[in-house]
Amino acid sequence: MQLDAFVTKTVTPQAREGNPPPRVVETESGMLNSIGLQNPGIDAFARESLPRISELGVPIWVSVGGFSAHDYADVCERLDGEASVEVIELNLSCPNVEGAPETAAELVAAARAATTKPLYAKLSPATWDVAESARAVAAAGADGLSLVNTIRGLALDATARRPQLARGAGGYSGPALRPIALACVHACARAVALPIVGMGGVTSGDDVLDFLAAGASAVALGTILFADPFAASRIRAELGDAVLPALALSEHEIHGLVGHSASRRVVSAE
Amino acid sequence: MVSATESVGPFTLLRLERGELEPGVPGQFFMLEAPGRVLPRPMSLCQAPHGELAFLIDPIGPGTRALCALRIGEAIHVLGPLGNGFDLDLSRPLLVAGGIGIAPMPYLAAALGDPPAILGFRTEHHAEAAGLLPGAEIVVEPRLVTELLQDDPGDVLACGPEPMLEAVRRRVPRAQLAWEARMACGYGACYGCVVEIDGRYRRLCVDGPVVRDAA
Repeated sequence: MQLDAFVTKTVTPQAREGNPPPRVVETESGMLNSIGLQNPGIDAFARESLPRISELGVPIWVSVGGFSAHDYADVCERLDGEASVEVIELNLSCPNVEGAPETAAELVAAARAATTKPLYAKLSPATWDVAESARAVAAAGADGLSLVNTIRGLALDATARRPQLARGAGGYSGPALRPIALACVHACARAVALPIVGMGGVTSGDDVLDFLAAGASAVALGTILFADPFAASRIRAELGDAVLPALALSEHEIHGLVGHSASRRVVSAE
Repeated sequence: MVSATESVGPFTLLRLERGELEPGVPGQFFMLEAPGRVLPRPMSLCQAPHGELAFLIDPIGPGTRALCALRIGEAIHVLGPLGNGFDLDLSRPLLVAGGIGIAPMPYLAAALGDPPAILGFRTEHHAEAAGLLPGAEIVVEPRLVTELLQDDPGDVLACGPEPMLEAVRRRVPRAQLAWEARMACGYGACYGCVVEIDGRYRRLCVDGPVVRDAA
């Protein structure tokens, strides 16, 4: 499948049943989800899921969530001793659950104290100044940024005009999110020196080049994997030939982009 | 590649060249690319003619309408077979379907040697789909399929709207029920298609769509 990394669904301290169905709905140019962080909890995850994912032979990034700084620290501490975990991504911005009362920077600081593994902070695009969030989590000890999480959206059914998701609003992802994500990557790349994993509606090699040009050093896939589970191989092939000559950059810059994309591209399962 | 499309009452029978795909067990499903849409659509296999896979589609939304509008020669991506199909090791099978729930029944009937079947439809127009399952008993609303269920109906295999499945399960707790849910991925990754079974959320794509002994 040619993945450089595999990002898990978010793990919390305790098992979570998640939100009631319907949990997904398609819109004209994206989809809404309201999964609600369904997961088996960190104990069962470490015991059952991690060994199976390790068999992929791909570096594992574990997404960590919670409802307080203590939760984030708790899960990070558990993962600190797991040799198969390369990076911890902090899901600081799930739109489908009540968030922690602390700020993103406070959550990063709590996680930082609990692990020496690299920490990537996944930020929400739903903020007036995402660069300010980036500076705050950088100062708190984040090693990188994951940009962006889904943004809250609502879809109504055509007859009763009631929300299509049981919980009402959900997280909006897919092609509609791409310009929003690109703006966040562009802003944060100029605000902090941290490496950035860009994500949000990536469906093609062309989209990857957009994210790299905006300042990402790697790109993650999400929604496209639902329609095309083999998208990573396809996109890598597209990057290899057809799209590159169309990019109006100097030869030096193109080599930089190809180098990044070949070595650092990340694929998310979420 | 689309090899043929046929109107069946309000539904469309979409016939695709099979290529390398296996038809799988009756009740399993395939993810069909819906042209111009973000997500594919889950469809159970209706018929498996030689070299083809045929799907019965109800054009109820933008994705299913795009599938029904496909023309001969157009190509779509198809993933499958996926999920768990029906258990076919039965002594007295009886097929029960409501509306578009007839979709998996022709392939299932072929695998079981054309067992008896009860079909329910909303209108006479919808009931034209019964032609896909010759010999079946047919009811049209306000009559319901459960009215035709005998006290000892045998091994019931059912597919249809949720109220019908619940009614069948009340009458026949051991019935095999093929459920339906909105899906995103179809292969267990997104946790979008859960239904509550025995007080727990289970992914219909990997724990279903056919659920047994769920009472």
